[in-house]
Amino acid sequence: MTPKRKQRLILVSLMLFGCAAAVGLIITAFKQNLEHFHSPADVVAGAVSPGTRFRLGGMVVDGSVVRATDSVNVQFDLTDNRDVVTVQFDDILPDLFREGQGIVAKGQLNNDGDFVASEVLAKHDENYMPPEVAAALEKAGQMPSTAATFGSKTLVDP
Amino acid sequence: MFKWIHKFGSPPFVYGVSKAISPWIGVASLILFAWGLYMGLVKAPPDYEQGEVYRIIYVHVPAAWMSMFVYVVMAISSAIFIIWRLKLADVVAESSALIGASFTFLALVTGSIWGRPTWGTWWEWDARLTSELVLLFLYLGYMALRAAIEHPQSAARAAAILAIVGVINIPIIHFSVEWWNSLHQPATITRADGPKMHISMLIPLFIMLGAFQLYYFHHLLVKMRAGMLMRDRRARWVSERVEGGRL
Repeated sequence: MTPKRKQRLILVSLMLFGCAAAVGLIITAFKQNLEHFHSPADVVAGAVSPGTRFRLGGMVVDGSVVRATDSVNVQFDLTDNRDVVTVQFDDILPDLFREGQGIVAKGQLNNDGDFVASEVLAKHDENYMPPEVAAALEKAGQMPSTAATFGSKTLVDP
Repeated sequence: MFKWIHKFGSPPFVYGVSKAISPWIGVASLILFAWGLYMGLVKAPPDYEQGEVYRIIYVHVPAAWMSMFVYVVMAISSAIFIIWRLKLADVVAESSALIGASFTFLALVTGSIWGRPTWGTWWEWDARLTSELVLLFLYLGYMALRAAIEHPQSAARAAAILAIVGVINIPIIHFSVEWWNSLHQPATITRADGPKMHISMLIPLFIMLGAFQLYYFHHLLVKMRAGMLMRDRRARWVSERVEGGRL
């Protein structure tokens, strides 16, 4: 093969590879979409067996967060207002983790029925304001509420 | 009208204009950077929800916007080059690729650094993040394609077509947060019902955007001069400039 043809061949293969990679990534993005998560009710109903990795979405139950004193280990309850699943997590929680806030956790169930999370994801919204403005809005009862949702998806049953 | 287009399409004229204005644009960009960073990192209040961490938007958001803006510039000038065979348009596209890729890379890295403390993950295969990564690949593909084809004319045409085809990704990036339930939050500023950001945080963001924009413009003008010299290296106006020491 002449060097020129070889170069063209490399070029075409690179383009093919690039397109394939792009399409593959898009499909992955679709598949792993955050819409795809189970609720605590699913888990209690036995929809997932222990040892299978999945996503669990729900609202952090008020007052359920227990932090270990000697490590970053933390335990909290997630609810969809029907059932409750206890989550254990051994890493740093995101800044936006709050009680009463919607989160999505990735991990698996252990044999006790607790969810052992390897990642805890929180989402923030499109609002940015100084704390004083937030306090004023809160006072006036005009604070945009984002609790118990994760993007467009509602995490708790009304 | 045609006279005007002809004038702005002629490398000797554009070279002179570029040489005259690029230093001023560079200085203006530096001033805006200094002002914007001071306003954003020192003067702007902390966010009620995210605290101080949100300040990374003053780099992240302009970088992300510019990554898309530069691509649109590249696609439009590529189309002009393909349709009218205006060589200068190809110089614009070629000179934009590397800096566009750099803006994209900066947006991805700052987003990742922001994502770890706020969302709880460095990376998530979600629509916004993935489509921005595809943009980086488009820029890299454009540069690879140009470099891989030996004949400059064919290289320019092939790369231009790639740039035009790839522009489909720009609306995908922008609307990804609306079309899919992305981990990335919806648009704060470019929305129908007005910005959802307090004015004291918004002004520094626009100053930083101006700084990024002028920096790109400065970079483009300087890089275009090199591109024009390369293309016209056998032309008389180049040898005249070289002999006169006016490069």
